[in-house]
Amino acid sequence: MSELLDLLREPWTFEFMQRALIAAVLVSVVAAVVGSFVILKGMAFIGDALPHASFGGVAIAFALGFNLHLGGAIAALLTALSIGFIAHRGTVRYDTAIGIVFISGFALGILIVSTQSGYVVDLFSFVFGNVLGVSWTDVWLTAGLGGFILLAVALFYKELLFTAYDPSMAAATGVPVAAMQYGLLALIGLTVVIALQVMGIVLVLAMLVAPPATAQLLTRRLPPMMAIGALVGALSALSGLYIAWYADVSASAAIVLTATGFFFLAFLFAPGRGLLWQHRFTPTERA
Amino acid sequence: MPDNSPTFAPAVEVRNLSAGYNGHVALEDVTFSVERGCLAGLVGPNGSGKSTLLRVMLGLHKPWQGEVSISGPPGRSGRGHIGYMPQSELVDWSFPITVADAVLMGRYGRVGLIRRPGRRDREIATAALERVHLAHLAKRLIGELSGGEQRKMLIARALAQEADLVLLDEPLAGLDATAQHDLLRLLEELRREDKTLFVATHDLSCVAANFDHAVLLNRKVIAFGRPSEVFTEQLLAAAFQRHLLVLPGGERTLVGP
Repeated sequence: MSELLDLLREPWTFEFMQRALIAAVLVSVVAAVVGSFVILKGMAFIGDALPHASFGGVAIAFALGFNLHLGGAIAALLTALSIGFIAHRGTVRYDTAIGIVFISGFALGILIVSTQSGYVVDLFSFVFGNVLGVSWTDVWLTAGLGGFILLAVALFYKELLFTAYDPSMAAATGVPVAAMQYGLLALIGLTVVIALQVMGIVLVLAMLVAPPATAQLLTRRLPPMMAIGALVGALSALSGLYIAWYADVSASAAIVLTATGFFFLAFLFAPGRGLLWQHRFTPTERA
Repeated sequence: MPDNSPTFAPAVEVRNLSAGYNGHVALEDVTFSVERGCLAGLVGPNGSGKSTLLRVMLGLHKPWQGEVSISGPPGRSGRGHIGYMPQSELVDWSFPITVADAVLMGRYGRVGLIRRPGRRDREIATAALERVHLAHLAKRLIGELSGGEQRKMLIARALAQEADLVLLDEPLAGLDATAQHDLLRLLEELRREDKTLFVATHDLSCVAANFDHAVLLNRKVIAFGRPSEVFTEQLLAAAFQRHLLVLPGGERTLVGP
């Protein structure tokens, strides 16, 4: 028994693992709350586009010797707002706007990296994430930005909800719909910024999508969906770090695979909506 | 023009309105008024500018010229104080909210930014649900409603706005005969409560049989007035660019292709 407890305790005797856990849980919770809007609005493509486009900003910062995070953050926000701007002009489809902006940013990043000779290993930590390498400063920044994002969602919950559900009706009743649409994009951009260091460019999307998608199968209303999504995200972060510690594998990949594992469990077993549930009972019994 | 005498206070007046998108003209010099407490139909073929007109009246689309004046008690006119029922197909019915949540949204514009809806807002939303006979479905998810119940929920949301003027976009489209009849009776009840209902619809026969007024639109106003005056073969042919069969039958006028 005490051996098991020792095994459970062991990773957290190291400070870098404590920092990793705090950062990963913070990111997972924030990503689940913001991600709930992302999956309800079918915006998963944006969740993939912003981190990739931010690579352009990271590369520019790298080439100029500036702070890489700041470069990525500015690029993610600029990308989010320009997607909103192009889509609002109404001359191209929303997903087309995302595709164009996304690939411009990413290609710019590759172009700049190709001009750099020698050591670009710092950039790889952005591509694959480096949760074990976060500093206390990173943790505080993540907590501050994450707190800001959650506060913004709480304050404007009513408007964000109405705008996501029925924008023209929301506008007709006097809700500032355009501001809310840009605001949501900016919140997704900020979430991507704090998730980048933990998850890496290619895996940020998973934390925006998998936990809320799991929650959506388990509940039927938005507030509990956000809460369950946050819980699933936090549990994935915890289990993923254990797996990373004991199996000596990539932490971000382990976190993501745990989260998608939760999704498939819910997909199979969710009461009323899981695949097995629907096989077990005939439609008349369910009704 | 009939029914334009100044002794009746109109609920809404549209004057010399022109509007469009990207240089394409959707509405040209549109002028008409709708009397208070009546059920008025906005009819015209697809692409005749019906939806654009509703959007301009709601303040969602800026017109090139002309104006829309909504009359009402001070502080209760203008944007946010016109009830609106969008086309049912444009509403995301898979969104995870309950019927009560959705109707309460009719209050959001009034509640104001950041503030949360209070008890009075909930009471108004509940009363609106009762008004359309859906109170028993308040806790259902919106995705679980039938077609007719969906329309009633959207009407309840418009009523929760506490507007005297309600614009409805195709409320009857796609419903079976019973549900249509049901909804029409509800609209007539609301009219008796001095609501002004302005209904965009394709259903000429329904307007001919049940409505007080009709505006016949095809980019321009072809005619407006009582349905019996508006739905003549000549005017309908001008609006629809094709011949429609009109069968006058006492109180009822049947219109068919």
